[in-house]
Amino acid sequence: MDLSTKELLRYSRHITIPEFGIEGQEKLKAGSVLVIGAGGLGSPLLLYLAAAGIGKIGIVDFDYIEESNLQRQVLFTTKDLGKSKAKIAKERLLALNPNILIEVHNTRFSIENALELVSNYDVVADGTDNFPTRYLVNDACVLTGKINVYASIFRFEGQVSVFNYPLLNGERGPNYRDLFPEPPPIGLVPNCAEGGVIGVLPGIIGCLQGLEVIKIISGVGEPLVGRLFLFDGSDFGTRTLKINKNPDTKIEKLINYELFCEFQNELSNSILKEITPLELYQLLESNEDFQLLDVREPNEYEISNLNGKLIPLSDLLNKFNEISRDKKVIVHCKSGRRSANAIAELEKAFGFDNLYNLKGGILAYSKEVDNSVPLY
Amino acid sequence: MAKIVIPTPLRKFTDNNSSFISNASTVGEAIQDLAKAYDLLQNHLLDNNQELRSFLRIYVGDNDINVLEKSETLVSFNDVISIVPAIAGGSSL
Repeated sequence: MDLSTKELLRYSRHITIPEFGIEGQEKLKAGSVLVIGAGGLGSPLLLYLAAAGIGKIGIVDFDYIEESNLQRQVLFTTKDLGKSKAKIAKERLLALNPNILIEVHNTRFSIENALELVSNYDVVADGTDNFPTRYLVNDACVLTGKINVYASIFRFEGQVSVFNYPLLNGERGPNYRDLFPEPPPIGLVPNCAEGGVIGVLPGIIGCLQGLEVIKIISGVGEPLVGRLFLFDGSDFGTRTLKINKNPDTKIEKLINYELFCEFQNELSNSILKEITPLELYQLLESNEDFQLLDVREPNEYEISNLNGKLIPLSDLLNKFNEISRDKKVIVHCKSGRRSANAIAELEKAFGFDNLYNLKGGILAYSKEVDNSVPLY
Repeated sequence: MAKIVIPTPLRKFTDNNSSFISNASTVGEAIQDLAKAYDLLQNHLLDNNQELRSFLRIYVGDNDINVLEKSETLVSFNDVISIVPAIAGGSSL
């Protein structure tokens, strides 16, 4: 695909790299990538892929821009609050580089659309934040024969790898399931919203992810295949570990990933008793004796709390004897999901029958009852 | 003697310590030492049979112990044992 005179000038710093040259740039122009998630990782990734001149970039994201995104999601500005991430991302990227095509998929990446979405691009870049979608992205790439450029972050730590890469012997390199055949138990590894992330980290890791996408499409350099790069920003530690193919890994079709990751499985076995924020308020105002249990992390509690007893989800099974059995216990987290998981765990492991989930968590309480409770 | 590098998600169980020194001669023993040193970590590292949990990858140097001798992999002075958990952060979808 030929480059115009303006493009030759725009990409001249690429073209002057001897091993890259015009050929590498033309491959970028002819190439395409699907970026799943326009968030922390997706922001730097999309900016650099667009700037680099990749011909077609797809963006999958159905979310809207929130205040708490702006600490790290550098695609967006304060005036974009409340707007569609994918739509604003497209505007920003086309302003940066009008020579490329941006396709917006303002939808949830799901088993219904995964194979079709992935099929329309050369390479996939996974910037999602939860285990069900991670496994879905991986399996969709394996089933369609697409390369999955993987990156993930948590607090100060990041991981990068290139999965399902075609090898010279005709086989494919390791994929995510070769590395992690099964997800960790609920509560061990919170996502960014629950566990936090230092704002610059997705900048670093998302750029490394972008580097791998550019290398793969241009055919320059040696992609991070069969290796996992680890970065710990807290002490600047880096390690590159080998990933081996697991002969037991079998991916034949897409599955129910929520069930696979046990989120819904735990919940479906019990009937969740719920209480609304208004009902909690009435309970707080009454003389009824009850226990309010907060299963978030200590740093979240510090931002805002309802004076509940704090036992983070990951400590619950060790501290279950601190939870009352002889009165009503209202369990809450930020949005209601972790507390629902907590109730399922406690009912399953210890037979509690007096636990009630605060619907919508502390966020809903702030919005519906008391707006002096800070949102985060 | 080997150094175990503790990943961020597990540090809340190790008083935020990022590493642990063990005098054990195998990976399995070193992980047992770590679990004994931090009670709360036990459940997250080992199952009821005191076996390493399957969602964690354990490396000695840059090699997965599954292609070495698994828990029986020998470790010596200056070896670094890495515990690598799955992390999922990025963008909410």
